[in-house]
Amino acid sequence: MQVHKYDVVIVGAGGAGMRAAIESGQRAKTAVLTKLYPTRSHTGAAQGGMCAALANVEEDSWEWHTFDTIKGGDYLVDQDAAEIMAKEAIEAVLDLEKMGLPFNRTPEGKIDQRRFGGHTRDHGKSPVRRACYAADRTGHMILQTLYQACIKHNVEFYNEFYVFDLILVDTPEGRRPSGVVAYELATGELHVFQAKSVVFATGGNGKVFKTTSNAHTLTGDGMAIAFRNGLPLEDMEFVQFHPTGLAGLGILVSEAARGEGGILRNSDGERFMERYAPTIKDLAPRDIVARSMANEVREGRGCGPNKDYVLLDLTHLEPAHIDAKLPDITEFARTYLGVEPYTEPVPVFPTAHYTMGGIPTDIKGEVFENSEKTIPGLYAAGEVACVSVHGSNRLGTNSLLDINVFGKRAGVNAAEYSQRAEFLPIPDDAMEATEALLQNALSAHGSEKVGAIRKDLQDTMDLNMQVFRTEESINQALSDISALEERYANIAIQDHGKRYNLDLLEAVELGFLLQLAKVMSVAALHRQESRGGHAREDFPKRDDENFMVHSMVYEDPSSETAGIRQETKPVIFTHYEPMERKY
Amino acid sequence: MSTATAENTQDQTASEAIPSFDVTVRVRRYNPEVSEDAHWDEFQLTMYGTDRVLDCLHKIKWEIDGSLSFRRSCAHGVCGSDAMRINGRNRLACKVLLKDLDLSKPLTVEPIKGLPCEKDLIVDMEPFFQSYREIMPFLVNVDNEPERERYQSAEDRARFDDTTKCILCAACTSSCPVFWTDGQYFGPAAIVNAHRFIFDSRDQAGDMRLEILNDKEGVWRCRTTFNCTEACPRGIQITKAIAEVKKAALSRAM
Repeated sequence: MQVHKYDVVIVGAGGAGMRAAIESGQRAKTAVLTKLYPTRSHTGAAQGGMCAALANVEEDSWEWHTFDTIKGGDYLVDQDAAEIMAKEAIEAVLDLEKMGLPFNRTPEGKIDQRRFGGHTRDHGKSPVRRACYAADRTGHMILQTLYQACIKHNVEFYNEFYVFDLILVDTPEGRRPSGVVAYELATGELHVFQAKSVVFATGGNGKVFKTTSNAHTLTGDGMAIAFRNGLPLEDMEFVQFHPTGLAGLGILVSEAARGEGGILRNSDGERFMERYAPTIKDLAPRDIVARSMANEVREGRGCGPNKDYVLLDLTHLEPAHIDAKLPDITEFARTYLGVEPYTEPVPVFPTAHYTMGGIPTDIKGEVFENSEKTIPGLYAAGEVACVSVHGSNRLGTNSLLDINVFGKRAGVNAAEYSQRAEFLPIPDDAMEATEALLQNALSAHGSEKVGAIRKDLQDTMDLNMQVFRTEESINQALSDISALEERYANIAIQDHGKRYNLDLLEAVELGFLLQLAKVMSVAALHRQESRGGHAREDFPKRDDENFMVHSMVYEDPSSETAGIRQETKPVIFTHYEPMERKY
Repeated sequence: MSTATAENTQDQTASEAIPSFDVTVRVRRYNPEVSEDAHWDEFQLTMYGTDRVLDCLHKIKWEIDGSLSFRRSCAHGVCGSDAMRINGRNRLACKVLLKDLDLSKPLTVEPIKGLPCEKDLIVDMEPFFQSYREIMPFLVNVDNEPERERYQSAEDRARFDDTTKCILCAACTSSCPVFWTDGQYFGPAAIVNAHRFIFDSRDQAGDMRLEILNDKEGVWRCRTTFNCTEACPRGIQITKAIAEVKKAALSRAM
């Protein structure tokens, strides 16, 4: 076992992790640990843009952006955090431009902006051009630019180091982090990284679903590690289903396609969004568009041989315009579906895209250990975290914004905390949980295959926990997950080596996925209302009286609901009163 | 028309509509923990519809042999993890559809060349990223920072658009015969990323990058074989970009 010592350890090298590293690395001795290479992170798959009220092409204000974010999240957003995000968005975009990000430009040479779902002028009057973008590869440009800035600032990376555990120790002031345990993929060796501050930036957990825009590697590692260490997870029932995944594949087709004029049509050729959101139509927020699409299919107006998707029509746009603004997504349609978007509409259906919930943090990025108290020295940012700026439904582009604004904050605060804190000891038993985890997996001589269990998990989640949910479907998911956990105890690993044992890693990842699927289902069961991304058909209305609260779930073997205890945390209001959500 | 009948008919049409492929996949295996020698393993698979080569590898790993090791993440051609030699050409496994291949012959999958193989399809990427880091892949501008964004005309932005698409998958560099025989050569990917900054009107370190690439292991080693351009999964005109860097180096020398 090797021991390393850093002031700040950042886990994850996507947008949030690298944005944090750029700040932290200039203030304190910092290491970034990633189970991939930094440029493989899924930030790079984001397409459409990053909103900020620059007002480069039309009148805009950060206050309008705040309002849109709160309304988009169906009022479950912490309003102080949304204000910070919308206000700091402007600097976040300018920071990236100064680092070299090649944004598309206006004729005068300013950063160009375009429309995006749910972003409006003056509190919902009409769509506004707020998304700063680089064609339909904005996430790619952000990931590359942040990596480049990390190289410029000599950030230290440990690539293909998989963090398996967080070390928390008791102090007179409460629990504090003293480091993390990591597994080196190339050698199978365990490493301890002692640190004064730890930042989790490990991304989402979309792989609990079968149809998803998420990478294979998005297995909710950071969330599961926090949960196993007794920390709460917040608002895990809220998953965003992106309306336009390539049908049957789930590959993302950016909302920018509709921002640039694309239209959704059903089997009658009807522009059905006019019925569901008469004012902003196809540019309604994602939860509304996804439900509308699922409803069209349910009512028999789907397209194709199985009538199980709708069509995204770009054929009225000029091919040159498509090439300039949407080159990648149109190539995906050609490559993976054999559809030519110039002349044919593209088959699309909702795909699991984003986890609104996660590790609860305050506006500094500091992690909550319960509904009142945070743990100084422990931070989370990006999709793994729940600040909460997205509430029950995230607006398009606000994730690229979230990682930049709160990644930066987490990096600054982690470094500053490390300057006034001491290293805490690594307890003798710090490795125990990890060694047991690895030993269990490696000595497994059962009969169950990891791939088969994962497939069954993804099938039940797609069937029972997707766009529409009921008590019955959620209970079905929970009983399926419980049966899968029994099978998981009996898995077989074929690779017993030390070198790049990805068989072993997939087994560990599956353990994380099973745990998080259960967490999501329990939280969904408790929330007996429909709000944002969580649509309960047995409770179709939003219920502010009983559910205008964040859910906080904890591991608790004494709880009768799948060993998970449910508590709540109040939503923070500044000056936006909840209203009915219409577009 | 009764609903049940309609659904049955649709189900039949749908299952008939999905083509299936019988594929023989030959994979180059290497695990120094077991043996110093590499060998080929052969797998018979039935694959469907829109399946890609990556789906074949997953089917092998998840259903037949869990020890098969390869990198992958996004599975749709943007993360750059799964560059490999497929039927002798450098490709991303997630971007090659089976329906586009001649499956009457076995499909061969090997690690990319010129970088040390670690296990099966996994190579050591460190030498590749080392070259990338050496060409200063970041914007350098020492002027006073403007309050707002630096302005850049749409034409100036378009000048380097092609080379911003690079995902650092190494398909180009590991297809280059010069790189195979001379591991010191910077390789196409590093030059592409140098190009991205040399031709960015906001950058001020173009001369330094050209100086670095004027080295004997630099841009002049390129023999214009176009392997890199052919291999690039992002469609970057790499050979053209290298030629532009050569030209810039020449005019600077004048």
